[in-house]
Amino acid sequence: MSKRLVNILVPLISIILGLIIGAIVMAVSGFNPIDGYIALWNGIFMDTYTMGETVRQITPYVFSGLAVAFAFRTGLFNIGVEGQLIMGWLAAAWVGQAFDLPAIIHLPLALLAAALAGALWAFIPGLLKAKLQVHEVIVTIMLNYTALHVANALIEVIADGGERTERIHETASLRSQFFESITDYSRLHWGFLLALIAVVIMWFILEKTTLGYELKSVGFNKNASQYAGMNVNKNIILAMVISGAFAGLGGAMEALGTFENMSKLHAMTGIGFDGIAVALLGANQPFGVLLGAILFGSLKNGGLNMPSEAGVPTEIVSIVIALIIFFVASGYIIRVALERFGKKRKEEK
Amino acid sequence: MSFLEVLYFIIPSAIFYAAPLILTAIGGVFTERSGVVNIGLEGIMVVGAASSIIFNLFFADQLGNSTPWVGLVVAMVVGIIFSLILAVAAVSLRADQTVSGVALNLLGLAVAVFTVKMIYDKGQTDSITERFSRFDIPLLSDIPVIGKMFFVDVYATSILAFAVAIIAWFVIYKSPFGLRLRAVGEHPMAADTMGVNVTKMRYVAVMISGALGGIGGAIYAQAIAGNFGASTISGQGFMAIAAMIFGKWHPLGALGAALFFGFAQALSVVGGSIPYIQDIPDVYLHILPYVLTILALAGFIGKAHAPKASGVPYIKGKR
Repeated sequence: MSKRLVNILVPLISIILGLIIGAIVMAVSGFNPIDGYIALWNGIFMDTYTMGETVRQITPYVFSGLAVAFAFRTGLFNIGVEGQLIMGWLAAAWVGQAFDLPAIIHLPLALLAAALAGALWAFIPGLLKAKLQVHEVIVTIMLNYTALHVANALIEVIADGGERTERIHETASLRSQFFESITDYSRLHWGFLLALIAVVIMWFILEKTTLGYELKSVGFNKNASQYAGMNVNKNIILAMVISGAFAGLGGAMEALGTFENMSKLHAMTGIGFDGIAVALLGANQPFGVLLGAILFGSLKNGGLNMPSEAGVPTEIVSIVIALIIFFVASGYIIRVALERFGKKRKEEK
Repeated sequence: MSFLEVLYFIIPSAIFYAAPLILTAIGGVFTERSGVVNIGLEGIMVVGAASSIIFNLFFADQLGNSTPWVGLVVAMVVGIIFSLILAVAAVSLRADQTVSGVALNLLGLAVAVFTVKMIYDKGQTDSITERFSRFDIPLLSDIPVIGKMFFVDVYATSILAFAVAIIAWFVIYKSPFGLRLRAVGEHPMAADTMGVNVTKMRYVAVMISGALGGIGGAIYAQAIAGNFGASTISGQGFMAIAAMIFGKWHPLGALGAALFFGFAQALSVVGGSIPYIQDIPDVYLHILPYVLTILALAGFIGKAHAPKASGVPYIKGKR
């Protein structure tokens, strides 16, 4: 079996195994798994409204997936996407409501602010990793909770003690009447186009620029890259910063598109952590990430329909997603099984 | 309020908030010492919290006073079973340990909330009636000043946490098991050559963390929260990881760090009624544990070194 085929089969088999175990969980808990999955399907595709909402849900996942994947390619594990996304969300929400500018300046400014906020939040672990060899995983985890509390405190300041920031001005909004009219007033917004552009940008940076070449090279082998004259420290910081910018933009999608404001968060948004699943499933390739985001975004949005239509708690979707991550991460065993299977077939021939 | 009165007020609540952190952080010490990174402690705490609350609600009538304690045992068993998922993925299937840990967190929360919704048809359980109770330690509580600070209105769970920390120190540093555990985490191949079963050691270590994490979650739920919902455990597990690192992967260090973080938590909860403290915005107290951990890692508060083989799957015969 070719390596390429195995690389595609591992995620596919993981998805199927995840869905099967999800069905077993439903059956054991006394629900009808078929009804459950029909409800899931309807939650994704039922009508134009649900489809609009599904695409809306996919959008931030693309960004968080790209953020995780981009850092991964340079050998960095950015668990801090969650925190960077929160900071981006806050920055975009603030710029969106604090300034009065024409749309042509306001919207790009809000997006830029979000990207910068995310990048800045990711700069800290990048710098610590580059200069002091501190492991980025722990630092980014700690910064997630720091971001959560800091953002909540800042929201209180911005909103004069309130629970949420004011609604952003129309000039900074990504919403469009056109999408509302064709999707029965779903919250679908222009963000998904930005997400597609971001996918292309990541592909372009990684595959077509010297910067991308160096980033990947550092990811493969730090020492060899150093020996070849690359500035490893600079590349580590850059990788984190760009990754953080993607994450920040993911937050901007929530601020400028979905909610048009930011409320105090009682817990993590989960988008950043799910981004790890998205990146993993997409094998850290830009277009793979897009596919992964489409799958997980659809599952998440479809899951919302399960309690009302089939009585199954939406958490079943999170269970399935977690299982898929386990299976993809344990890809070693699936690879071994596939190779044995492949060998047997060869011998039979 | 005089300074002493403030101490009488704040120290017991600091210990009270620290107990779940201490236990979970020590669980983390065990896994990391064996060379397995356990980001999934948060998820383990969640299932521990959920299982103890559900058990408590079901059996409070039959078991009365002892319910929370049996609840701890239930949470411990559930924690162990749940942690086995990580052990299988990270040790046997050579999965990326960080990724499996993240998946464990997602799974723990999802399974817990799913179960609660299935049983109670809503996202949050009712409050439990049988909670951990406090008592005064005889003799010790009569000591002037210190007695009132440490030995009056004590939760038995706090004593349990201190006891576990000391036992863990003894096990890790003074027993053959501990020596093997540390060897497996520093240089698994050398340990393997000397006849130590790396896989078995790592499984045991992960299961210990499952047990302690489950108990930690159960204590948080049954002593502090009183019920279970999706946001009951929010960051406690990660704070325990922070305590473990801040304590430099040492059980007593983790104990001290967890106490300190408990102190910060207590300040943010009860600080509003203490002079000077009430002027500090809550956010500083909330982020204190996390920021301190970053500073500790960066070497500003003494360099912390992780066990060498931590996070690396051991593959026999691979150099």
